[in-house]
Amino acid sequence: MKKLLLGSVVALAVATSANAEALKGRGASFPAPVYKAWTSAYNKATGVQVNYTPTGSGDGIKSIKKRIVDFAGSDKPLKPEVLKENKLYMFPTVVGSIVLAYNIDGVKDGELKLSREAIAAIFSGKAKMWDDEVIKKENKDVKLPHEPITVAVRADKSGTTFNFTYFLNKINPEFKVSKKPEWKAEKVVAGKSNSGVTANIKQIKNSIGYIEYSYKLKENLPAAKVQNKAGKFINPTVKSFQDAAKYASWTKEKDFYAIIGDPDGETSYPIVAATFILLPAEKAEKNKEVVKFFEWAYKNGDKVAADLGYVPLPASTKDEIAKYWAEKKIK
Amino acid sequence: MVGKIFKDFSLLSAILILVILVAIFGILYSYASDAIHTFGWDFLTTTTWQPGEDDDGGIFGGYIPIVGTLLATLIAMLIAVPIAMGIAIFLTEVAHPLLIKPVSIAIELLAAIPSIIYGMWGLFYFAPIIQQSFGGSGVGLLTAGIVLAIMIVPFMSAITKDAMNTTPGVLKESAYAMGATKFEVIKDVIMPYSKTAIIGSVILALGRALGETMAVAFLIGSIVKLPSKVTDPTTSIPVLLANNFAEAQDLELSSMFYLALILFAVSFIIISFAKFYFLGRKR
Repeated sequence: MKKLLLGSVVALAVATSANAEALKGRGASFPAPVYKAWTSAYNKATGVQVNYTPTGSGDGIKSIKKRIVDFAGSDKPLKPEVLKENKLYMFPTVVGSIVLAYNIDGVKDGELKLSREAIAAIFSGKAKMWDDEVIKKENKDVKLPHEPITVAVRADKSGTTFNFTYFLNKINPEFKVSKKPEWKAEKVVAGKSNSGVTANIKQIKNSIGYIEYSYKLKENLPAAKVQNKAGKFINPTVKSFQDAAKYASWTKEKDFYAIIGDPDGETSYPIVAATFILLPAEKAEKNKEVVKFFEWAYKNGDKVAADLGYVPLPASTKDEIAKYWAEKKIK
Repeated sequence: MVGKIFKDFSLLSAILILVILVAIFGILYSYASDAIHTFGWDFLTTTTWQPGEDDDGGIFGGYIPIVGTLLATLIAMLIAVPIAMGIAIFLTEVAHPLLIKPVSIAIELLAAIPSIIYGMWGLFYFAPIIQQSFGGSGVGLLTAGIVLAIMIVPFMSAITKDAMNTTPGVLKESAYAMGATKFEVIKDVIMPYSKTAIIGSVILALGRALGETMAVAFLIGSIVKLPSKVTDPTTSIPVLLANNFAEAQDLELSSMFYLALILFAVSFIIISFAKFYFLGRKR
């Protein structure tokens, strides 16, 4: 229903702005809630209409390569060589995070602690029951049922999956980083988009799945504490995401190409991901308008982003992006 | 003059249908040709659906979605056909006249519910019940099959009921006069008389079950994996298409058109087989 509403809002927005000089963007659905908030606030402040259609990172990349939109969103950063080849510019916008949400009777939010070993065991199918030794080890005080684990994953190709498998790959190189991997776990159930996975977790007892943080907030699902690189168990909170974002190593020389998952730091939540904007290099005039929007969003959009469960970029990164824009003469 | 216009118009309409049918087939084939050349008939027996790195190439096979579609449809038909027949017989021969109207209206209303509502109801209400009583993950082949059955029952029973109602009273009365019981009248008079329409209703329902997308997408689990138990999640052709279409490109996109072509062909074959076998024999 929410999706439907969102769809009709988008349709309405498209219809009402048909005659105005609207900026068109499409792609990643991971940052869609925050882009939506930004575009409507920007419209109120400046009267400029920006339309963003969340169709998925793959579709965004495809669309910008074909030059059918003014800008594209992607959760998967493109390597500098690929950008050059397709004459694209790229910069990050916000940092989001992926949580492991579960549905186990009697286990409340944040009670379940998942070690890196346990996460790998669950998603590879090595741990088949909730009371498996590898999970129980860190959860002595939690009553885990002797029930099979159902793993909830994405049915569609997804940037969220790409970033989650990136984290899994850091734990255990046997996992392939992919937008749609083959899951080896015994009981797997797939849903379309973040909302589909969320609904599956909600409905299926003894299930666990990876979803974007804002969906956990919206549906009030319990999520696990995840063990980070430093060995600490970290609750998914905006604070722990911010701590993680500090370790991102973005540079304008590399078009900000960096996957920020599994960062260092004692207090960093490990499964974080940045989301990116792609611009066609040759369209200088249109790019200036798009950049104006994101410049405005960097300045005025931090609070909205934080309220939705995203982490605004650190000030130093924003400065670096401003320099990048100036260098490419699109500011 | 008017007669000629009318004749031409109806001819045009009839031809248009043929043209559309051929055009759909042609388009599906041309988009699928890439995958057909790459995989050939092996596509039908390959059990993986795995795009390659960076969306380049990959291995795609239709075996699991094809089997999933057929199994879900089979479960639905096994459940729905007897129930639909029961409803129709009850309404035409058994029910008290006061009961006929409200039940018939309820059935017609049920037939008018959009499939996404069945899907949502199935996921939010029905799947947990299935998980409790049969184990498994709640969503899977069985859940999808049962909800599909619920979706097609009103369809079948409404048509069957209307067909049974057309049995001439004289025929039934003669049978009763010969000493036939109610069961014998239903079995030997009404059923043979309305056989054509009953089979027609089954075929229509079969077509709907084969192509149903939204409700099944909610309930089947959408995993490209062969089910080993009836409660296991798997996928079906329309579900796989709906889930992956937005993000697919090149070979995967072409493979999806190949799958669509197969669904087209499977529906066509099943329905024409049913038509010629059951309905053709009489002529």
